[in-house]
Amino acid sequence: MKRFVGFIRKEFYHIFRDKRSLFILFGMPIAQILLFGFAITNEINNVDIAILDHSKDATTKEIINKISASKYFSIKQMITREAEIAKAFEKGHVKAVLNFEKDFSQKLIKDRIANVQIITDATDPNTANTISNFVSAILQQYQKELNKEVTIAYQIVPQTRMVYNPELKSVYMFVPGVMTIILMLVSAMMTSISITREKELGTMEILLVSPLKPIQVIVGKVFPYIFLSIINATVIVVLSIFVFQMPVQGSLFLLALESILFIISALALGILISTISATQQTAMMISLMGLMLPVILLSGFIFPISSMPLPLQIISNIIPAKWFIIIIKGIMLKGVGLQYIWKETLILMGMTVFFIGLSVKKYKTRLE
Amino acid sequence: MKTIGYIIQKEFKQIFRNKGMLPIIFVLPLLQLIILSNAATFEVKNIKFGYIDNDHSVSSRVLIEKFNASAYFNVLTDFPSEAAGSSAMLQGDVDVLLEIPNYFERDLQKEKYTNLGVTINAIDGAAAGVENVYVTQIVQQFNKQILVNLLQHSDQQIFTSSINTIPLFWYNETLNYKTFMVPGILVLLVTMITLFLSGMNIVREKEIGTLEQINVTPIKKSQFIIGKLFPFWIVGLGLLTIGLIIAKLIFNVPILGSLGLMYFYTSIYILVVLGIGLFISNFTDTQQQAMFIAWFFTVIFILMSGLFTPIESMPKWAQVLTEFNPIKYFVEVMRMVMLKGSGLIDILPQILKTILYAFIMNGLAVWSYKKTN
Repeated sequence: MKRFVGFIRKEFYHIFRDKRSLFILFGMPIAQILLFGFAITNEINNVDIAILDHSKDATTKEIINKISASKYFSIKQMITREAEIAKAFEKGHVKAVLNFEKDFSQKLIKDRIANVQIITDATDPNTANTISNFVSAILQQYQKELNKEVTIAYQIVPQTRMVYNPELKSVYMFVPGVMTIILMLVSAMMTSISITREKELGTMEILLVSPLKPIQVIVGKVFPYIFLSIINATVIVVLSIFVFQMPVQGSLFLLALESILFIISALALGILISTISATQQTAMMISLMGLMLPVILLSGFIFPISSMPLPLQIISNIIPAKWFIIIIKGIMLKGVGLQYIWKETLILMGMTVFFIGLSVKKYKTRLE
Repeated sequence: MKTIGYIIQKEFKQIFRNKGMLPIIFVLPLLQLIILSNAATFEVKNIKFGYIDNDHSVSSRVLIEKFNASAYFNVLTDFPSEAAGSSAMLQGDVDVLLEIPNYFERDLQKEKYTNLGVTINAIDGAAAGVENVYVTQIVQQFNKQILVNLLQHSDQQIFTSSINTIPLFWYNETLNYKTFMVPGILVLLVTMITLFLSGMNIVREKEIGTLEQINVTPIKKSQFIIGKLFPFWIVGLGLLTIGLIIAKLIFNVPILGSLGLMYFYTSIYILVVLGIGLFISNFTDTQQQAMFIAWFFTVIFILMSGLFTPIESMPKWAQVLTEFNPIKYFVEVMRMVMLKGSGLIDILPQILKTILYAFIMNGLAVWSYKKTN
């Protein structure tokens, strides 16, 4: 036991002596959560659009005023010919062009119908679709005002309640995701490198001939990082509560326990990576290239999993981050207790046991 | 010149000799391109939908049938009580919950007006907004249908004027997400591979101690740097080529603009990335530090590049910060040239900024590289 404590102390010394890494280790998560919490959003506002008005009458003027009054759009330019539309898009200045047909007012009065085209730059399909919907909504509103005297018989009025996030803030969606990605990558990377580093520098040999058991070596390596990651997790949660006003509806204690579980599973994954790679470079590339994009894309952090094709929905199940995001959102935003998230918790535990078991099996006490 | 040739030869040998790294450099990124491009979609479909029908009338059934027929709501669950419904929402089994009140049909016929409870899980605010639009559309259709039925009975006519909106989606009529994502993800992969490899390369020699051996040779600073970076430049362009072939063959992404222009831009862009990598390499002592820093910047560059979430939606200060993000320019250029067919003049601002960036980064890198400790 005394030997083991000594070994852990050595690991702590290693970490604290490397001031630069330590600074990055604690500074980065803070910088990232602040930056992303404020900057990442897929809400639409102040989109630049252009107008091509062939009639220039009272009605179109009124509509244009309504559009520029909305916070979603700002009118960047007025164009006069169809040919200029493509040019504006190719330069990338505007995202949409509104094209009013000739004699808009007259047609609206005489034929009771007038046409307007909403041309969007659909290289970004999501933004294009949203812009198109918002413009239509503004026009519909205007149309309703025109038809005020005609009462509409029979109507069902939906009373919509947005639960868990009534103001539809995208911070609620992204902060849990950023927290997960930081914990996952930092924990997995740190452990995977620290073990391969000993291999590459040749000090592993010394550890192997020591009377420490392999399990002691591994636990001793991981222990300081559990400690550091818990500090990181605490900082992130505190920031999200005080800076982003994220609520914690559920129990903080449960949140802490689940975070520790997730940290351990990420560290276990790191150990597994280190047992299969010979050099630090390989270990890093696996934990960076292999983990970064799948964790960002398949965890439900940015993109909803339920909209993905079925094979990808199945693959997403093996990403530990996916389960942790469900757990954090459940505890923080929905305020659920363990009875609602025991399944996700069990899955994370199962993954952790699997990673540890596999790495103990793969751990070699001999070097080539 | 001959010296540089030898260094390049040595670097290539080291890359191809490391059998563990080869699949990570060449197979992993392309595999990710093929798989992950399918994942990146903001489309809202397969909405988990449930309802509580307190009325059990013909009208309520017709309304539910409308949801059933919609392509967006396909999983339908019937909850006996409100408690069961909200418990399912806590569990995450259902995201949109419709509650049809008592006397729904009676009120509709007598009062011509009735409410309908809709509860939406709004943690993903953007998706919740879209879900709300879908629900409203279906209810409006239902309203209209009742109105039409009514008008057939009486001969009354209603005059309304309407503005007909015609949405046109240029460059991507079917709103296909993959054409949008594939160029972007390809950009990421090229950047990550070249940045990580170059960032760790020199520091690795430092850590193992072989850098000292090179330092005592008559190799000049510039020769050494060019020799070190050239192979990664080739690797980056090679990845781009395979990625473009995959984009064309597997995803059928249109390539409207000129290929030459894309290669021209990419070759400048990779210089920026390599400069950053080298700079990181010079300022760190261990591979661990180098990688942490590289990781820090990559995550920031990726999430603030406009690849996944639009830059225009960011607050003003964040938009200013993105001006320093090389990935942003690369994503813009690839999308503009590939999908819109923009020409040299259209992307000139991006090209000039990238060239400037390349000069600054490589200048800093060469300046900070010292042969002595």
